[in-house]
Amino acid sequence: MSLTARDLGLFAGMFAVLAMVAMFQSPQLAVTILNMSLISAIMALGVNMQWGYAGLFNVGVMGFTAVGGLAVVLISQPPVPEAWAAGGLGILLGLMLGAATILAAVLVYKRMAPSKLRGLAIFAVLVVGWFVTSQVFAPAKQAVQAVNPASEGFLGGAGLPVILAWPVGAVFAAGVAWLVGKVSLGLRADYLAIATLGISEIVIAVLKHERWLARGVNNVTGIDRPVPRPVDLQPQPWVQSLADTLGWSLSQTASVVSGLGYAALFTLVLALLIWLAERALNSPWGRMMRAIRDNEVSARAMGKDVTRRHLMIFVLGSAVCGLAGAMMVSMDGQLTPGSYEPLRFTFLIWVMVIVGGSGNNWGSVLGAFVIWFLWVQVEPAGRWFMDLVTSGMSDTSDLRQHLLASAAYMRLLTMGVALLLMLRFAPRGLIPER
Amino acid sequence: MEPLNALVSVSNFMLVPALAYGSQLALGALGITLIFSILRFAHFAHGDTMAIGTAAVIGGTVFLQARGVSIDPLPTALLAVPFGILVLAAYLLATDRLVYRYYRRVKAKPMIFVMASLGVMFVTNGITRLFMGTGESRFEDGQRFIFTVREFREFTGLAEGLALRTSQALTIIVALIAMVVLFWFLNRTRAGKSMRAYSDNEDLALLSGINPERVVTITWVITAILLVLAGTLYGLDKGFRPFNYFQLLLPMFAAAILGGLGSPLGAIVGAYVVAFAEMGITFAWRRVLSYLAPEGMEPSTMMQLLPVDYKFAVTFAILVIVLLFRPTGIFKGKVI
Repeated sequence: MSLTARDLGLFAGMFAVLAMVAMFQSPQLAVTILNMSLISAIMALGVNMQWGYAGLFNVGVMGFTAVGGLAVVLISQPPVPEAWAAGGLGILLGLMLGAATILAAVLVYKRMAPSKLRGLAIFAVLVVGWFVTSQVFAPAKQAVQAVNPASEGFLGGAGLPVILAWPVGAVFAAGVAWLVGKVSLGLRADYLAIATLGISEIVIAVLKHERWLARGVNNVTGIDRPVPRPVDLQPQPWVQSLADTLGWSLSQTASVVSGLGYAALFTLVLALLIWLAERALNSPWGRMMRAIRDNEVSARAMGKDVTRRHLMIFVLGSAVCGLAGAMMVSMDGQLTPGSYEPLRFTFLIWVMVIVGGSGNNWGSVLGAFVIWFLWVQVEPAGRWFMDLVTSGMSDTSDLRQHLLASAAYMRLLTMGVALLLMLRFAPRGLIPER
Repeated sequence: MEPLNALVSVSNFMLVPALAYGSQLALGALGITLIFSILRFAHFAHGDTMAIGTAAVIGGTVFLQARGVSIDPLPTALLAVPFGILVLAAYLLATDRLVYRYYRRVKAKPMIFVMASLGVMFVTNGITRLFMGTGESRFEDGQRFIFTVREFREFTGLAEGLALRTSQALTIIVALIAMVVLFWFLNRTRAGKSMRAYSDNEDLALLSGINPERVVTITWVITAILLVLAGTLYGLDKGFRPFNYFQLLLPMFAAAILGGLGSPLGAIVGAYVVAFAEMGITFAWRRVLSYLAPEGMEPSTMMQLLPVDYKFAVTFAILVIVLLFRPTGIFKGKVI
């Protein structure tokens, strides 16, 4: 927990800026930025574990956060009994058959001697398994999706308290990460990047198109929240008296109070994670990880199993991203697979880690706050800038209209420039590793 | 049993589109493999670079169309391709001077290059969207079909028809020419030979007086040519959307890795394998099989292995299989 006066100053500056947003723009906006910054900070922490401690390049953050988000639906939504009756067993059986097919193929590969015959046998197992599985799975899926499609059409979840979904989301993401890591770790570093890029696209494709799972692009809305909603807070007498004291409208007060509830929960999780991460980083384990990162060959010569350690940290980091994904979905109260975009969920997190200072946990947190703040504020600033640049043109000018309309894309540009500048001139980031 | 009808049907819906798609991928994958063997990093900005080059071509096309220039029956975009290449080459060389050259000089780790290319990707993406928005733009003009389904049916008298779109034929021809020229350049010219020497052994190449900066410049220019061709042909075929171009990154990388990173021939073979696998596995075989199956045994289901939405899963599966069993790719790339 070694923070210098300078680091504390940077954090204080950041919070001063947030306070100014609360004063001059609106308190709701400040709380929204704060909450998303906290979630981004957890994601950045996960990426920092992989990149900062171990030098692993994970470009699939989006996929891991989405898997975490899926956990929220599967845990907290009430089950849909009609759907289970219609095809629940078929779907479970289908999934098991699919898994059995892959297991059988792996067994054949392990047991038989390398030969042409083995290739044929694996192929046969896969083809037969595929047809059997789809015979069972497809009708069950159709049946489930036909159940009340306007509002349900999926199996629903386990109906458990939503807070349980957070650790489960982490476990889900860890499982996916284990599979990816098993395949691509131990090869060239770029291969992990490409493999994670691929898996994240596939996770999103599955979420979008398997409607029996979480309604796909129809979205699951109205998910249970761990904190009372603003609407439920408004009738509370203490909220009403708070609104009177502050001189704010009732709805504004209620949404700020609700948002601050989330902020408290998120801060708790973030603090716990940072404490654990700092302990781990300064333990023999952390020193070993950094030794592996700095010189794989000599670490290997010292008898460290580099690939295994890499797998371990990759799974851990991805689990943290999954946790953050679950938290985000339970804050929004909805799972919208269409909104997962790699630029927003993968590359932005990377910018946070690089700007904040890779290898330093506090750096990632600060980076997340700074970059998320910029991400939110650059769009209006871009519109203002475009307005200024084009003010000489007439209002009906096509170019002016076009430039104003595309001001929204200014933030991609700004983020890219920020990343490139940091990488070039301050590669150690705002709070460097020490 | 009507094998001829089956053949025509499968050509119309799968073989011809896959051949065109594979050619587009091949041009892109060649760029990835070239950058990898000369500059030695995985170029993540590839898809977005392709998008910005295509955007320049679209700009040129609109300019020409507005002035009534046309080369009917060919699409006007072909005339704008040289302009697109100029713009993209200038853009790539500018990013190289501003971004990558510094890291070459300090001999940064490959991962830093990848990170920098991520930054370039962001910026490129932003610029493209600034000009083009996120929607789809179609810029195909001229004659759409060389022959249509109906013409083919009337000509042959078969029940199934085959259409050949101008953009598909154009793609296949242009890609072939580009590949032949590229191989001629790499194997026969002095500049091409110095590129190969540099990729093979940097130190020896330096000792024999090859100027590395010149090699790098040539690489970027070739990449610009390949990417503008690939992007324009893809856009003529399927329409231009910046996000789709970004997503092409995965199949292009899969193709390059499957063929063996650093091997140009491998990139081409890999691209066709990826394209045919993607199309074949997401293709509904019912109609084709019903022509082949004996009377009364026609399949009742769609006979589609995976829905079209999962075409990335196919690419990814190919990638995983390669990584597991032959990480150096079919043609033994130089890595690992």
